[in-house]
Amino acid sequence: MSFYKPIKKCILICVCLIASSQLAHAQMENDGIMIPQNYLCPGLMYGHSSWTNYWEGTFKRNNGNLGTVSSNEFNFMVTYGLAKNLIVTAGLPYMTTNASAGTLEGQKGLQDISLNIKWKALQLVEGKSKLSLLASVTGSTPISNYQADFEPLSLGSHSKNFTARAVVDYVYGKYFFTGSGAYTSRSDITIDRNSYFTTVLIYSNQVILPNLSNYNFRTGYRSKYFIAEAIADISTSLGGFDITKNNMPFPSNRMNMTSVGANLRYRFKSLYNLELTASDQYVVAGRNSGQSNMIMGGVSYIFSLKADKKVPQVNYYKN
Amino acid sequence: MKNNRKYTQIIALALVILCLAACKKDIVDRTAQYPALAPANEDLNADTWKAVLVTDPTVFTVSAPDATNSPAYVADLNEIKGYQRNLSSEQSAIIKYWSAGAVLRWNEILRDLVAKHNLAPYQNLDGTYPAPSSANPFAYPQFPFSNPPYAARAYAYVSAAQYDALVTAYHFKKLYNRSAPYVNDATVKALIPKSSLPSYPSEDAVVAGASVEMMKLLFPTEISFIEQKAAEEKLYRIMAGANVRGELDAGESLGKQVADVFTARARTDKAGAAIGNQAYWTLLQTQTTAKGEKYWISLESPKRPPMLPLFGKVKPFLFDTTTVVALRPPAPFSTNSPEFKQANDEALYYSQHATRANQAQVAFWADGIGTYTPPGHWNAIAADEFVKQNYSEVRWARNFALLNMAEMDAAIVCWDTKYFYFNPRPTQFNDQIKTLTGIPNFPSYSSGHSNFSAAASTVLTYLLPDRGTKFADLAQKAALSRLYGAIHTRQDIEVGLTTGTEVGQYAVTRGQNDGAGSGN
Repeated sequence: MSFYKPIKKCILICVCLIASSQLAHAQMENDGIMIPQNYLCPGLMYGHSSWTNYWEGTFKRNNGNLGTVSSNEFNFMVTYGLAKNLIVTAGLPYMTTNASAGTLEGQKGLQDISLNIKWKALQLVEGKSKLSLLASVTGSTPISNYQADFEPLSLGSHSKNFTARAVVDYVYGKYFFTGSGAYTSRSDITIDRNSYFTTVLIYSNQVILPNLSNYNFRTGYRSKYFIAEAIADISTSLGGFDITKNNMPFPSNRMNMTSVGANLRYRFKSLYNLELTASDQYVVAGRNSGQSNMIMGGVSYIFSLKADKKVPQVNYYKN
Repeated sequence: MKNNRKYTQIIALALVILCLAACKKDIVDRTAQYPALAPANEDLNADTWKAVLVTDPTVFTVSAPDATNSPAYVADLNEIKGYQRNLSSEQSAIIKYWSAGAVLRWNEILRDLVAKHNLAPYQNLDGTYPAPSSANPFAYPQFPFSNPPYAARAYAYVSAAQYDALVTAYHFKKLYNRSAPYVNDATVKALIPKSSLPSYPSEDAVVAGASVEMMKLLFPTEISFIEQKAAEEKLYRIMAGANVRGELDAGESLGKQVADVFTARARTDKAGAAIGNQAYWTLLQTQTTAKGEKYWISLESPKRPPMLPLFGKVKPFLFDTTTVVALRPPAPFSTNSPEFKQANDEALYYSQHATRANQAQVAFWADGIGTYTPPGHWNAIAADEFVKQNYSEVRWARNFALLNMAEMDAAIVCWDTKYFYFNPRPTQFNDQIKTLTGIPNFPSYSSGHSNFSAAASTVLTYLLPDRGTKFADLAQKAALSRLYGAIHTRQDIEVGLTTGTEVGQYAVTRGQNDGAGSGN
């Protein structure tokens, strides 16, 4: 009985509250920030991403039959402090995609529901220095039957993903550096065709997707009221094939992206429960991917589930 | 502390579930599951079947085989025994792959090459497009661009050459009447189902020789790949104990000789001129305007010249060029008529009401760039069915030849129609019409998918009457997918189905009179 109680709580969180896969990663999974036990933090994020140039294999080009490819993402997410050192975040994005030129129809719909568990495993304090080690796991699964094999306008790859990440967070005074590395295992997907060409013809409706690695680095200033950070991110497909010249992209392409960006998180003195987030991330190098720029804005509100604790105890600096 | 243990348990459980869900990394290719070919009927009278181009097998040279007690034959048998003493797992895999059948596997190889080369050229800096050149096939864009008409013709030539080569081989098989190695020497193992067919010349090598020679012409950048496949197939026959080397050499030589008849035809069938030129592309516009109709405009950016506008002039297999004109359907709705607008409004409706089921149907039948094209799709459908029939190699070839001659001739009639009327696509008529798959770069009327599918389903229904309406139903789905995808109007697909059926009937008539019988 005691074992199922927390599961019930988990399921309740999953069902009632939702968050984002991509943005949740950008925001939560790879930083050193926790929230206290029994606190709940629902939020809404909006992201707009667009690209005109893309890499066909390693050849950078644009395409008059696509124009600018853009996507809009609305992400509902919630984080819950499960224990002192353990937080769980669930998310779900609704997406729309569009190509400004050509005849291809844009797509829209719910994408992948995700659940992330982040554990602060260790913290060493020495004077003004603080070193934390965190581990996190994320699972995601498509929640609608969107079409994966409609690149570059599909909402996603329609795979079940599992990500394990290790995070090192070092704080000196109010300055910090966070580095993390992750490995994502992706399930095979089912497409609508029963044969497809990669580098050979395959007679199946199943597609093996390459797994992914990701390295994320963030550094900046962290106070009681805000975080200002610079970000570098390297995502690499561990396999897959290049788009051949003037061909269409395919879900099992070798998609690599290196991006840089900045992120701001801000809390008000008068309304400390409320947090505003704004960020921009720009792809500087890639392979079989668009050179996208993604701007994002978000709002979240944290509160305690315990009646006696009205004032939120979250503090970036003290984290 | 107690709480923490609980959470650890939850995390562990979640980890296991997520990992199991995400870690699966294997897929089954259905063509790898095909069983070894064990013909129910060896079709021993196939030497009397009517070939496509060959009328007299005796014009080809197949020298008499070595006597089975000659040192040369004994040496050939020893080669087999040498391989069979020590087969590696790779060699066993080669046997398993090729044992499904020579015609089948070469058809798959061709589909592979079509898909690989089915890519429209990337534009020049000035917005014009380069064209592939058979004289300089490795320069970008590589030759060929195996678009649907090119592919239909390639499938037809390879299949027809294989068929004629096998009919001719049957003549020599009966003439020389040599038994298989495992019959002549009991210590040679048959690693594939035994055959009562005389083994000189080898039917597998005949198919390989004909296929290699045709593909050298059709896919000149792939010769090394094709030759490697042929070498692998010959090795398979030796390792499996099915042929000695001399039978393979004789078969390969015969296959090449027969293919020469087909390559000679292919060089003069007018396909090489099908691309047209600027003057002709302009003429298509002016003659459409002269009729008072809106002409087709490329929807690509930069605008691409129309795909193979003179393919309608290519020499067909099943009828003559006057029949191509006779099969041309009547004019579509005038581009100025309310009927035309209404037909395009229906495409707009499907564009704006794309259900997930429609998306799936469109994607399943799209067969666009980077695929084996609609004729290739129908070859794949046919192969999945033929595998169940335990055909002899010669019947495999005959049935594929009927199917693919129908597909090529359907392409010719359809392309003649498309460029005679030069009719705009729905999206050109109304730019609100977004498509569920890539829009092809040629005129709308009538639908190529519908022509190909109706022709194929007519032939397949004739070959496999016990399948009932299966192929007709598939053809309907293929055709409707183009309406659901907002690529075509209903008129385009209905007329296309009608014309395709008429073309397919020519192949059926041929099949009814080629002496092969039903084979069922």
